[in-house]
Amino acid sequence: MSLKERLLLDAKNQEEKEERRFYTLGLVLSIVLTVASFGSVMTGLVPHSWAFPVLAILALAQIIVHLRIFLHIDLTRQKREDLQLLLFTVLLLGIMAFGTLWILADLQARMM
Amino acid sequence: MSEENVHPGMNLGYHGGEHEAEVKVFGFWAFLMSDLVTFGIVFAVFGTMVTATAGGPGPEEVTNLHSVAIQTALLLGSSFGFSWASLSMKYHPGQRWRTLGWLAVAATSALCFLIVELIDFHHWTTIGAVPQRSGYLSALWALVGLHGLHVAGGLLWMAAMTGQILVFGLTDDIKSRVTRMGLYWHFLDVVWVGIFSMVFLAGVA
Repeated sequence: MSLKERLLLDAKNQEEKEERRFYTLGLVLSIVLTVASFGSVMTGLVPHSWAFPVLAILALAQIIVHLRIFLHIDLTRQKREDLQLLLFTVLLLGIMAFGTLWILADLQARMM
Repeated sequence: MSEENVHPGMNLGYHGGEHEAEVKVFGFWAFLMSDLVTFGIVFAVFGTMVTATAGGPGPEEVTNLHSVAIQTALLLGSSFGFSWASLSMKYHPGQRWRTLGWLAVAATSALCFLIVELIDFHHWTTIGAVPQRSGYLSALWALVGLHGLHVAGGLLWMAAMTGQILVFGLTDDIKSRVTRMGLYWHFLDVVWVGIFSMVFLAGVA
């Protein structure tokens, strides 16, 4: 094996190691956030009125971890189209889902 | 050859097919995002129905947090197993058994997820928590069932990919397909994060 080949192989092994470490970081973060979510409900440490916001924030954090690490969404030029598609979909969903909840909650309040 | 490409399995062994593969991944993202809209709307319907129990079983009765925790762990394990399959495919394309082994781990874990979920569904029917009982239960079955069907579909897809790898080996086409399957699989885990947080945990908090 020539020196050049050996250097290439070393670089490849290094890249593989780094990528495995990155995925493992994703797994650890996901486990920590999941345990925090279940813990906040099962231990009763979080006051009742805080439970929903805490759960929403933990879920959002975990979704961002999944998108970044497992789905490879980042800010590099190549991935920006995927990110824009994602953000546009979130905007549409914000209008449709939040609008649905808002209107129907308002209607319910008026019916009471 | 571009070194920038970050989808596992796509930046090795390609000779000119990269652009086409990128376009396919982007197209697949468009499908995933339309699927996200579907899930989001069903989530919104669930949100409007969350108090509509009509005197029937409510969140306290249908939520078994131990079962939900096991399902969460199994699905995360499956997602992670798939990541390892993708990395094996990217760095050791010559050893197809490595990739197939991790695919088998991911599939087994997902199958166990479905079994635990079906046990929960069975329990719901025995306590009278059937979809036609109330608006809340209709929305619950629609949302959790829709996700379960996606996982079942993913299992079929994984079986198909296993067959293709066995027959054709890890060719560029197959790698590109497995990459897209990986996006689908991780996406389902993201949806599950929403379900266990907003449907089950928030339901009993």
